[in-house]
Amino acid sequence: MDELDSRVNQALTDIDQAATLEALDALRVGLLGKSGIVTAALKSLGALAPEARKARGAEVNQVKQRLADALGTRKAVLERAELDRRLASETIDVSLPGRDGERGGIHPITRALERIAAIFARLGYQRADGPEIEDDWHNFEALNFPPHHPARAMHDTFYFSDKRLLRTHTSPVQIRSMAGRQPPIRIIAPGKVYRSDSDQTHSPMFHQVEGLLVDETSSFADLKGTLTEFVRAFFERDFEMRFRPSYFPFTEPSAEVDIRWETKDGEARWLEVLGCGMVHPNVLKNCGIDPERYTGFAFGLGVERFAMLRYGVTDLRAFFDNDLRFLRQFA
Amino acid sequence: MKLSENWLREVVEIDADHAALVHALTMAGLEVEAVTRLGEALDGVVVAQIVSAEKHPQADRLRVCQVDAGQGTPLTIVCGAPNARAGIRVPLATVGARLPGGVHIKAARLRGIESFGMLCSAKELGVDTDASGLLELPADAPVGTALAAYLHLPDASIELSLTPNRADCLCVHGVAYDVAALFDSRVKVAEPPTVPVTADARRGIRLEAGSDAPRYLGRIVSGIDPTAATPEWMVERLRRGGVRPISAVVDITNYVMLELGQPMHAFDNAALAGDIVVRHAHAGETLKLLDGSEAALDEGFVVVADEHQALAVAGIMGGLDSRVTDATRDVFLEAAHFAPAAIMGRARKLGLHTDASHRFERGVDPELPRRALERATALLLAVAGGQAGPVLAAENLADLPRPRPVTLRRARLRRVLGVAVDDVEVARIFTALGMQVETLAEGWRVIAPSRRFDIEREEDLIEEVARIHGYDQLPTASPGGALTVVPDPEARIGEHALREQLAARGWFEAVNLSFVAAESLARWGFSERLVALANPLSADLAVMRPSLLPGLVEALRRNRARQQDRVRLFEVARVFAAGDPPVETPSLAMVAGGTARAEQWGEATRPLDFYDIKGELDALLAWGGEPARWAVHADNLPPWLHPGRGARVTRDGAAVGYFGTLHPQLAKALDLGPDVQVLELALEPLLTRRLPKAEPVARFPSVRRDVAVEVPETVTWSQVDDVVRRTLGSALKELRLFDCYRGKGVEAGRKSLAMGLILQEHSRTLTDTDADGCVQRAIAALEQACKAKLRG
Repeated sequence: MDELDSRVNQALTDIDQAATLEALDALRVGLLGKSGIVTAALKSLGALAPEARKARGAEVNQVKQRLADALGTRKAVLERAELDRRLASETIDVSLPGRDGERGGIHPITRALERIAAIFARLGYQRADGPEIEDDWHNFEALNFPPHHPARAMHDTFYFSDKRLLRTHTSPVQIRSMAGRQPPIRIIAPGKVYRSDSDQTHSPMFHQVEGLLVDETSSFADLKGTLTEFVRAFFERDFEMRFRPSYFPFTEPSAEVDIRWETKDGEARWLEVLGCGMVHPNVLKNCGIDPERYTGFAFGLGVERFAMLRYGVTDLRAFFDNDLRFLRQFA
Repeated sequence: MKLSENWLREVVEIDADHAALVHALTMAGLEVEAVTRLGEALDGVVVAQIVSAEKHPQADRLRVCQVDAGQGTPLTIVCGAPNARAGIRVPLATVGARLPGGVHIKAARLRGIESFGMLCSAKELGVDTDASGLLELPADAPVGTALAAYLHLPDASIELSLTPNRADCLCVHGVAYDVAALFDSRVKVAEPPTVPVTADARRGIRLEAGSDAPRYLGRIVSGIDPTAATPEWMVERLRRGGVRPISAVVDITNYVMLELGQPMHAFDNAALAGDIVVRHAHAGETLKLLDGSEAALDEGFVVVADEHQALAVAGIMGGLDSRVTDATRDVFLEAAHFAPAAIMGRARKLGLHTDASHRFERGVDPELPRRALERATALLLAVAGGQAGPVLAAENLADLPRPRPVTLRRARLRRVLGVAVDDVEVARIFTALGMQVETLAEGWRVIAPSRRFDIEREEDLIEEVARIHGYDQLPTASPGGALTVVPDPEARIGEHALREQLAARGWFEAVNLSFVAAESLARWGFSERLVALANPLSADLAVMRPSLLPGLVEALRRNRARQQDRVRLFEVARVFAAGDPPVETPSLAMVAGGTARAEQWGEATRPLDFYDIKGELDALLAWGGEPARWAVHADNLPPWLHPGRGARVTRDGAAVGYFGTLHPQLAKALDLGPDVQVLELALEPLLTRRLPKAEPVARFPSVRRDVAVEVPETVTWSQVDDVVRRTLGSALKELRLFDCYRGKGVEAGRKSLAMGLILQEHSRTLTDTDADGCVQRAIAALEQACKAKLRG
C-alpha cells in the first residue's frame, strides 16, 4: 500500500511531463498494464482479510481512476499538439491561383439587348422575330412607305438581285406579328438590321429592338408612360426626358425620345435614344386589324446606342472587332 | 433648311427670345440642328470707303489706305488684305470697337505708320466664314452707317432638320405658320401685287406629261439690265438661308423659293424656240446640265423642252445652254407644279440632289406658282428693270390636288392622345396654322391650306394638335388591358441561357458582320447556294455568310496578332442559303485555339485537340438530356475539316453540323497552327431538351468490373461500346472507357481499350457470379464482332 501511495504522486508528475505519446504509453503500461504497479496492487488484494480487502480495493480503484484520468488528459493534450504540428506542416500558399476558374463572357450588344427584352418581358411583351432578308412589302410598303418616297431614301438599303433586301429596321416584324392575328398584341422584336453606310458612327450591320402594343385602349399617354419607365429601368436611374414630334411613315403621331445625358466633363446634352408613335391606321389595315376598334403604339431603339451609354463604350467599331481585351471587360 | 431668324420674325411677330424660339421649333418637330449667330457685338463697325491705297514703304504685303468713314477727314488705316483697293466700300472697325472674337481695336503703329482702325473680312465680323479678304459692300452702301444696321444684324442662321412630311417648312413662310401657332401670333401674309403687264411677249405652253406636270406658268420679262446687282438685303438673306448668291436673276428665283417655297427657273428667252413643251423625256435623250454634267434621260423623267430639244430636267436642274448669262436681256421665268411621284428618285438616279428636287419630291404647294411668279417678277423689275409680259399658264385642273375637308372627332382625339384637349385650344391651333375650321357636334371639320397637302386624314389633325399643344403637355400613363402570361416552354433551352452556359464554360461571345468576302468563302470551299448582295459596300462585305466560321476564325486570327494566344470564341447568328425565299438558319459556331486549359502553375499545358471541342459538344448534348438521339460520323466531311479529325453531327439521323480540327492546309493558309478546333451546328436542335420524367432510383448496389481488350486500330470505340451495350442490355448501367493504349505490350496495328462495366439490376443484388457472367458474355461478343483479345 505504502509503495503504491508513495509512487502515485511521482506517476502523476511523470504523466504531466510526458513529452510524447510513446512516452505516455510507456507510463500507462508501467502503471496500468498487466505487470503495472496498479495491477500488482489489485492482485495483492487477495492476500488481505475480507474487511481490509474491501477498504483497500476501494483505495486502489480510486488510485487507478486518478491515474487513468491523468493519462487521458495528457493524451488529449499530446494528440492535439501532434495534430497541430502535422497540420502546420501541411500549410500551403493559399494565394496561388486555383484551377479552371476562368470564365468567358456575353457580348455587350447581346447583354444590352437581353436586358431590354427582359424589361419588356416583365411587362408581358412576347418575343417575335422575322427574316433578315426581307421583301419590299414588309420592310416598306406595308409600313406605309410609298415607292420612291423620300423617307425610303433615308434608309440606305442593301438589295439582292431578286429585289429582296436586307431589312433596314426591325419594324417589318410588326407586320409579320400582326398579320393573321387579332389584338391584344404585345411583342418585342430584337434583331440585326442593315444599312449601306459605314464610318466611325455607322456600321452596315447593327441591332434594333422593336416593340409593339395593340389593344382597345392604348394611347399616346400609355406610350409615354411605357417608354419613360423602360428608360428608367434600363439605366437604373432617373433622367430628364423629352418626347419630340418626329415622322415615321408607320406611326402617327410620331415622336423621338431624348434623354438628358451628362458627359464626363459635366456637360449635359440631349441624346436621341428611341423612335416611337401611335401605329398608323394604314398599317393596322394592311394587317387586317380594324383601326377604329384598336389602337396601338410602336417603338424602336438602337441597341448599340444603349450599350454604349450603359457601359461607356465610345467606339462603335469595337463591337464588331471581337478583340478579347474588349470582350473580357463584359465577362 | 436654313433660314434667317430676322426674316422669320419679320413674317411673324413674337415676343419670345432666340432661345425660346429655337426650343419651341425643336419641340414642335422642326428640329433645330444648328444655329449660327451672326454679327453680334458690332458696335463701332461702320461702312467705309477706301479713298486711296498705297504700298507700305516698309512692308510688301501691307497697304496704307486713306479711308472715308463719314467723319469728314479720312482716316489712315494700314491693311494687309489682298483686295484692299481704292474705290471699294468695306466694313471698318473704328478705334474703340470690339469684334466678336474679342479683338479690341486700338490705334496702333504698324511698321512705322499709325493706323486708326481695322478694315474687316466677313469672318472677322462673324457674319460669314469667308476670311480671304475684306468684305466688299455694294457701291451704294451708305458711308458712315453702322454696319450692323446696314446688314440687318445681329441675326442668326437657323438650320432645321426637317422630316420628309414637312415639305411646307422648306421656306420662311411655312415655318412662320408653325411659329404663329406656337406663340399665339399670326403670319403677316401679303398677297404679292399683280405686276402690271407692259409688254406683249408670249410663248405657247403645252402640257404633255399628264398628271406628272399638271401646272406650268411662265412669263417673259424683256429688256432687263443684265449687269444689275442683287441688293445687299437679299444677298444676306440668301447667305443666311444657305444659298450662294450668283446673279440677280438667279438670286431672285432662289429668294422666292426661300420665301414662299416655290422652286423656280429662269431661261434665257433668246435660247428658246417656239412653244414650251412639258413632256416625258425620250429614251436615250441627253441634256447638258447647269453643273456641266450630261444627264442621260429616259421616259421616267419629265423635261421642260422647246420645239427642238429638252431645256431642263423638270423639278431638278436647268440646262446649260438655255441658262441666264450676263448677256441675257430677255428672261423666261418658270413657276410650275410637278407631282412628287414624277420627281421622287429621279435626281438620285442622275447623282444629283438640288434645292428644287428636294422640294418637289416632298411636294410643293400646287397653288403657289402664280403667287411666286408675281413675286419674282416684281423683284426682278425692281432690281433689273425690264418689261413684264403677261402670265402664260397651262393647267390640267383635274390632275391638281385639291384640299379636302377632314373631320376630327373629339372622342378619337381623346382616345389617341389619352387626354382631352380643350376645344378652344384645338380650334386656335388649326386657325393659327392657316386652316379653315368648322365646329361640329362631334368635333371639327377642317380644310387645310393647299401648302399643307400632308393633312389627309384624322390622324394628321391629331398630330397637329399634339405637336402644337406640346408633347410635354400630354400625360403619361400605364397601358391597361388584359395581361396574359407569356408562354415559356420548359422543353426548350433559351438562346440566351445557352450563351450564358458557354460563357460559364470559358467562351467569349463574338458578333461579326453578316457579310463576308467571296474570296474568303472560296478559300474555305463554300461555293453553293451563296446569297450575294447586289450593292455591297465593298468586295469584303459582298456575300451573306453561309457559315459563321470564316468570320470567327478571322477574329481568332486577329486576336492572335494581338498577343492573345488562348482564344475561345463563339457566335450565335443566322447563316444564309439561296432559296425562294432565302433560307436563314440560326447557327452556333465555336472556335478555339491555344492550350487546352488556361496556363496554371500546377498543371501541365497541352495544345487543344479534337477531344476538347468534342467535350464541348458533349456538354451541350448532356444539357438537352437526350444524347442518345445524337450521333457523330467520320464520313462526308466538309473541305475545311481535317479529314481524319473531323466529325459530322446528326440528330435522329438529320444533319445538324460539323466539328473538329481545322484542315491543316486551310490553317496554314490562314497562318494558324494545328491547334485550331472549330464547331458549327444548327442552333434549333441544340435548344430542344427533354422534359424530365422521373424513374425510381435502384435500391440495389451496383457492381463494377474492369476489362481490357485488344482490338485492331480500325475498330472504333463506338463499335465496341455498341457491342457491349447490345450484349448486356439493361444490366449495363454505364460503360466507361478509362484507358486507350498503344505501344509496348500491344501488337502493332492494334490498341488496348480498358473499360469499366457498371452493372446493376433493378430487382435484386447482382452476385459475383452474375457479374462474371456478364463480363464473359461481353468479351465473347467483342471477340466475335471486333476481333478483340482479352488482355491478361
